[in-house]
Amino acid sequence: MDFTLSKEQQMARALFQEFAEKEVKPLAQEVDETEIFPRATVEKMAKAGFLGIPVPKEYGGQGCDPLTYILCVEEMAKVCGTTSVILSAHTSLCIDPILTYGSEEQKQKYLPKLAGGELLGAFALTEPGAGTDAQGMQTKAVLDGDDYVLNGSKCFITNGKEADVYIVFAVTGVDVDPKGRSKKRISAFIIEKNTPGFTFGVKEKKMGIRGSSTYELIFTDCRVPKANLLGAEGKGFGMAMHTLDGGRIGIAAQALGIAEGALACTIAYDKERKQFGRTIAQQQNTQFKLADMATRIEAARGLVYKAAVAKATQKVYTVEAAMAKLFAAECAMAVTTEAVQLHGGYGYIREYDVERMMRDAKITEIYEGTSEVQRMVISGALLK
Amino acid sequence: MKIVVCIKQVPDTAGEVKFKPDGSLDRAAMPTIMNRDDKSGLEAALRIKEQTGAEITVITMGLPKAEDVLREAMAMGADKAILLTDRRLGGADTWATSSSIAGALKKMDYDLIITGRQAIDGDTAQVGPQIAEHLGIPVISYAQNIKLDGEYVIVERQFEDRYHVIKAKMPCLITALGECIEPRYMTPGGIFDAFQKEITVWGRDDIDVADENIGLAGSPTKIAKASDKVRKGKGVKETGLDSKEAAAYITAKLKEKFVI
Repeated sequence: MDFTLSKEQQMARALFQEFAEKEVKPLAQEVDETEIFPRATVEKMAKAGFLGIPVPKEYGGQGCDPLTYILCVEEMAKVCGTTSVILSAHTSLCIDPILTYGSEEQKQKYLPKLAGGELLGAFALTEPGAGTDAQGMQTKAVLDGDDYVLNGSKCFITNGKEADVYIVFAVTGVDVDPKGRSKKRISAFIIEKNTPGFTFGVKEKKMGIRGSSTYELIFTDCRVPKANLLGAEGKGFGMAMHTLDGGRIGIAAQALGIAEGALACTIAYDKERKQFGRTIAQQQNTQFKLADMATRIEAARGLVYKAAVAKATQKVYTVEAAMAKLFAAECAMAVTTEAVQLHGGYGYIREYDVERMMRDAKITEIYEGTSEVQRMVISGALLK
Repeated sequence: MKIVVCIKQVPDTAGEVKFKPDGSLDRAAMPTIMNRDDKSGLEAALRIKEQTGAEITVITMGLPKAEDVLREAMAMGADKAILLTDRRLGGADTWATSSSIAGALKKMDYDLIITGRQAIDGDTAQVGPQIAEHLGIPVISYAQNIKLDGEYVIVERQFEDRYHVIKAKMPCLITALGECIEPRYMTPGGIFDAFQKEITVWGRDDIDVADENIGLAGSPTKIAKASDKVRKGKGVKETGLDSKEAAAYITAKLKEKFVI
C-alpha cells in the first residue's frame, strides 16, 4: 500500500500552499466578516487553472487526477472555508456531472469555459421539503415543444447568485409500479443564468462559510431548451446521488483542511502563550490534546485520500466517500472545538482564526448529506 | 525567436540560514526555491512568448537537485530545460559561474538571454553582466519592463528615482528585477506536463570553456568567513544636542571606532 504522493502531486501541493498563503489567507477574516463573495480570489484561481483541475485537457482543463484536485480543496480550506467550498461546488457538483453525463455538444459548450473559470458552476438539488429525500421534490419540468418549462424553487444553493451555470433537478413525471406505488421521475438540466423565468430569492445568513453565496433559486415558467437536458430523462436521481459521492470527497477534503488549519493555529498559539510561567505547549494537558487532534487528522487524511484515489480507480466509491466525509467532518468539528478551547478566551474572539474555523467546520457535518445520512449510506451497504 | 532564461536554485532565506563548519552555506540543510529575480525574468520571457510564440529554454548550473527549479520553470510555461551539473564545475564564484554558463550558451541558439538581477544567496548581481561580457553582447540591467520591437528590445531600466528607456538590438542580455515583474503561478496541469518532459543534462565536456575558468580552481574569489545576520545592540540615543554638538558627537564616535 503506497501512501506517498507522486512528485507531481507534491509539487502541486506546494503550489496550492503558496497560493493559499499569499492570496487566500490574507482575506479570510474579511470575507467572513463582510460576507462578501471573494470574486477576485476566484478570478486568481481561474487564472492559475484551479477551477478545472480534474477536467481533461481536451475540454480545457488541467488533466489531473482527483487526488490532486482534492489537495487543492484541502489547502484552500486550511486557510479559508469559504474559498474551498466555492471550488468544491464548482468542480465536484457542476463540472463533474457534465463530464460524466453530458453529451459531446454539452461538454464542448460548457466545460472549457467552466474549467477555465470564465463561468462558475453550481448544483441545485435541495428544496425546502427535499434534501436527500428526493421523492419530496416539488420543482417540476414539463415538456412543451422543444423546451422544458420549469416551476418551483431550490434552497441553500452554494455559489447561488455568483454562478453562471446550474445543474438543476426537477420532476419530469411519475412512474407507477405494478403494486400501484408511484415514484417521481427526476431529471437533470443545465440552466444558464439570465434564462427568463430564473430568478434569485433570499440570500441566507449563515453561521460559517459566510463569504460563499448561498441563495434560493426560483423558477417561474422558466423555459429550458430540450438540448439542456443532462443525461437521460428520468435518470436524474441516480445522477444526483453519484455526483454527491464525488462532492462528498470534496467536502471531506474541506473538513480535513479546516481541521489542519485549526491545529496549525493552535500549535503556534500554544508555543507563545504563557500561563503559570510556562508556555501552554509545555503543559501536558495541551500536549495530549494536540497529539489526539493530530492523530485524528491523520486518520481523516487516510480516508479522504483513499476516497479520492477510489474515484480515479473504481466505478463505484459511494461507501469510501461517505466514510471519508463522515469521519473528516466529525474530525473537523472536534478539532476546531478543541482548538478554541486551547486558545482560551482568545479562541472565542473573532480576531483569532480558530473562532471562524469552528463555525466553518459545522457545515461539513451537514451539507451534501448530514453525518446521519452518511451513516445510513455506510450501513446500507453493510446490510445489503 | 529563442529566449534563454538563466535561473538559480537558492536557499530560502525566509527561513533559518544554516552554515557548514567551513563557513559556506549548507544548501542541503535548507529548503530551496527558485531565485525571485530569476522567476521574474522567466515571467518576462513568458509574456514575450504569449505575444510572439517564442521558444523558452531555461538553464541552471548546480547540483542534480537543481532539477526542481527547472521543473518549476516548465510548469510555469518554459519549453525546454538544461541542467549543467558536474563536480568539476562545483565551488564556482561569479567568474567561474558566468564562464561556465556562457560556455553552455555558446553551444545554444538564442536571440535574447534573460537573467535575474541577483541571487538572494550571494547578492552580487555579477553573473548576468559577466555572461554578456563573455559572449560579447550588450547587457541591460535592472529591467522593470521588457518589450519587443522587431529585432530590438525596448527595456525600462530602473535608475534610482526614475527609469531609462533603452533600445538594444538582439542578441542581448537583460537582467530582471523581481519586485517589478510579478511572476505567475505554475498551473496544476503544467506541473504534470513538466514531469513528462526531458531535462537535458550537460557536464563540463559539453560546454565551451577553458579549464582555468571553471570550478573552485577557476574562482578568483575566496570566502574568508561567512556568518548569519549579526544582531546589533539597541544603540545609544542622544537628545538635547544642537546641530553643532550633534555633529561633533558623531565625529568623535566615528573617530573612536577608526571609521574616519
